[in-house]
Amino acid sequence: MSTELLQAIAASNEWWALGPELTLACGALALLVIELISPKEQHRFIPHLASMALGVVLVGVVMNFGKTWGEEELFGGLVRLSVPGQIARIFFLLSSLLVCFLATICLPRARAPRVEFYHIVLVVTAALMLLAQSNHFVMFFVALETVTIGFYILVSYYRERVLSLEAGLKYLVLGALSSAILLFGIVLLYGAVGRVEQGGIVHTGFEYGTVLNFLRENPDNFLATAGALLVIGGVAFKIGAFPFQIWVPDVYQGAPTPVTAFLAVSSKAAGFAVLLTLVHRVFSPLQAVLVPVLSLLAATTIIFGNLAALKQHNTKRLMGLSGVSHAGYLLIGVVASLTVPWAAGAVWFYLFTYLLASMAVFGVMAYVAGPDDSGEELDHYGRLARERPFLGAVLAVGVGSLAGIPPLAGFMGKLLLFVAAFQAHLYGLLVVAVIGVVISIFYYFGWIRAAWFESWSPPAPGAVPAPRPLPAGPTFIGVITLAALTLATVLLGFYQQPLTSWLLE
Amino acid sequence: MPDNAQLLQLAIATPLGAALIIACGLPKRFSTKLAAAAFTLPALIALWLWSQFPAENAHQYAFLSTTYTGLADFGISLKLGLNGIALPMFLLAAIVGLAAGYYALRSGAERLKLYLLLLLVMHGGLLGVFASVDIFFFYFFHELALIPTFIMVGVWGGRDRHYAAMKLTIYLTAGALLSLLGLIALYVKSGANSFDLIELKDAIAAGGLRGSTQNWIGGLLLLGFGTLVSLWPLHTWAPLGYGAAPSSAAMLHAGVLKKFGLYGLIQIALPLLPLGMQHWAWKLALLAGLGNVLVVGFVTLAQRDLKQMIGYSSVMHMGYCFLGLACLSTIGTGGVVLLMVAHGLSVALLFLLATSIHHRTHSFDLSEMGGLAQKTPVLAAFFVAATMASIGLPGFANFWGELTVFVALWKFSPGLTAVAIAGVVISAIYGLRAAARVFFGPVSEQHQRVQAQHPPADLDWREKLPALILLAALLFFGFYPKAISQPVDQALGYSATPKALFTPLKTR
Repeated sequence: MSTELLQAIAASNEWWALGPELTLACGALALLVIELISPKEQHRFIPHLASMALGVVLVGVVMNFGKTWGEEELFGGLVRLSVPGQIARIFFLLSSLLVCFLATICLPRARAPRVEFYHIVLVVTAALMLLAQSNHFVMFFVALETVTIGFYILVSYYRERVLSLEAGLKYLVLGALSSAILLFGIVLLYGAVGRVEQGGIVHTGFEYGTVLNFLRENPDNFLATAGALLVIGGVAFKIGAFPFQIWVPDVYQGAPTPVTAFLAVSSKAAGFAVLLTLVHRVFSPLQAVLVPVLSLLAATTIIFGNLAALKQHNTKRLMGLSGVSHAGYLLIGVVASLTVPWAAGAVWFYLFTYLLASMAVFGVMAYVAGPDDSGEELDHYGRLARERPFLGAVLAVGVGSLAGIPPLAGFMGKLLLFVAAFQAHLYGLLVVAVIGVVISIFYYFGWIRAAWFESWSPPAPGAVPAPRPLPAGPTFIGVITLAALTLATVLLGFYQQPLTSWLLE
Repeated sequence: MPDNAQLLQLAIATPLGAALIIACGLPKRFSTKLAAAAFTLPALIALWLWSQFPAENAHQYAFLSTTYTGLADFGISLKLGLNGIALPMFLLAAIVGLAAGYYALRSGAERLKLYLLLLLVMHGGLLGVFASVDIFFFYFFHELALIPTFIMVGVWGGRDRHYAAMKLTIYLTAGALLSLLGLIALYVKSGANSFDLIELKDAIAAGGLRGSTQNWIGGLLLLGFGTLVSLWPLHTWAPLGYGAAPSSAAMLHAGVLKKFGLYGLIQIALPLLPLGMQHWAWKLALLAGLGNVLVVGFVTLAQRDLKQMIGYSSVMHMGYCFLGLACLSTIGTGGVVLLMVAHGLSVALLFLLATSIHHRTHSFDLSEMGGLAQKTPVLAAFFVAATMASIGLPGFANFWGELTVFVALWKFSPGLTAVAIAGVVISAIYGLRAAARVFFGPVSEQHQRVQAQHPPADLDWREKLPALILLAALLFFGFYPKAISQPVDQALGYSATPKALFTPLKTR
């Protein structure tokens, strides 16, 4: 960057526009400093400080929603402020806040170090927010790597547990592979755009706008098309779409529950935020290639996710594989949004309902799990409804919403996606989606059945099953949080105004 | 004093609101009182609205009100109202809900609060289904009523409840999703950009749908709604589910909720997709006539379990409804509405009495009973009356429904009419045989043992009251069918369907 650019940035005060991200990054550093200087018995307040930082930033972003800071593109085109970007910020902040809540349940039980966890969560959140607003492939890659490296640490956070370490290693190897694919795609695009004989300009070949202009003029360029497809492959890894879903079950199972939730919600949503930006802005001239590729991805993802989840008894693997199928439904929305613009809002609506329901379910999982949370089976839920009716109810609403059962929010999300797909004439995908939903009813109801219909597998003859300890009762904050998530899920099923008014303009 | 439109909203909101209050942790003592009130109020409102209904304008919706929920851009809004077809169904839902609710209040079920809560949600959903003008909310309320059914079967069900609950869930969700796809297809293809049935009718009357489009949307709706109404061969969930379901859930589901599909076909598919329905009419009639009436009729004959038998018989009676629908005539469709109301009342009564019998015999197996009439004459009288109603004896509402359907069917196909009438003979055989096995003849050994341990008492008031409500309604509509047929006839006569398809209703 030239000095003039830096001067211009300083003069225009563009840093304000990145206030939320900067606050989080400073907050993350402050947590470490506080740990160093404060006495040890005060350390239990640090998680609350992290939550407070997230909460304050969330309130700030919501209050300033829709405001602009003059320029749309900042820092010489690295970052682009937009309404979807603001929505993404709110989403990630909310999600991280809930992840911190889950961590306050799980981490003390596992006797894991605490402060670093919150530090990394804050850094990853800031990176996620930047990722959703990036306007430049270098910015995109750096933000994505910040997120991914954060996740490498978080996944293997229980460093004394074999499964957690195994999950971390798997995520590291496969994540590195996906980063390589992504980077290769970016380089191919850069190479194609930067070729001077085709009118390319070398030093801005990473910028979304430049790539878009190039693709508009040369929509048949093989190199650029290959690059675009590779980039989408890298993003598909993040959202867990087939055939890049192979890491999902093991990593979800081994990771600590809060991290699983973080991966399931934020990482997936980040993939979709990026994917929407890419297909709508940068790769929009390539629709002839993108529609069949994404449609195929959607159909196979739905089928694979649902069939694989069908026989799972481990709840985390179940959440992971059913999450794969959710990625498939969302991909239908992305495909539809190419012809029906409002479908992008429907994708966000779906993501928000998914956030509420998943976090509620993960909350229950966190309470039900013993000290070892990777071995949680459906059978452990027997008698939950009798012993902890509140947790049973939260679970039923959350799982029901994930299954897309009216009158819960998840159903409205699916409905909007289906309507969009109908308007975009995606009849084949709709048939696949409906089959997928019917299959998903089986395993989601299996879960509710396990919790509500008493023990459903007769104990093996002779063997006396070890009595499981009563699941921990939620604390006051836990009750409030879970009740709020549940109520929001139910209310959004009846009254969608709060979300539709700003997601579906 | 609220106006009638607000009363209609209140009728739906009362059970749902009561369920919410109970969910928030109301003590059990107050919960039962609140639930009783919440079951009673909608029935009173329904009766009042029925008396206020402008019969001469039955084709139009009365008591209209619109509430926006944030999806107005998609043409989705909570629009409530009743027309001549919806009114009898709404009344049916209110009456059966009242009976099922009273029966549940005194049933002494385990975890009674949760049971009542689910039943209230179900009741609210049922009332909403028939009061919705917006077809999205029509579907939405159906699902709202369906979910509690699954849970009630799974938690309070009898034999095989886990398997039954799962099968019920998968079949009904698949059927519901298919019909949802059909409804979305109508929404997109009609060009109305609205789920409001009135606007859909206007848009289609103005533009019209191509024949091929009508065919596939009609097929989708028939498949989806057909599964929900247990059209052969997609009926297997019904006897199993009803056999396992607790009595109040079976009463509400078999009596009212199952009529959702037929009601949808009459209110939505017939007027909006006349050509599509014509395309499928013969296939539907054959499936219903040979499958539902004959095959399932014979299967019913072979049942030894009382509750399963009632479940199968309800599948069989749905065959008549489909046959009446396939005639595509005003008289046939009118007969179906009459039959839906009558069957809803009679099957609810039968399920209620079957549970009462079970309390006395501790078994549903017909071979383990006998001679109960000596100990419980009132129960026997009720059961025989309900059986007669279900067979279609004159004097009960079912008679008029079946008669009109047969008259319409004769014009459509004399052969199928013969099959249908043979079905009446079949239902007479199994119905009367069941009554004879339970109440008359020698007492079986097992039953003697049960009687020795638990001497059976006759029906007490907590069982008599809901049974009386249902029986009174059956007799009322049996002697005064005009109460239903007049608004129905008015509504169907003004349907958006091309007149050529309909012959005017003269007999009555």
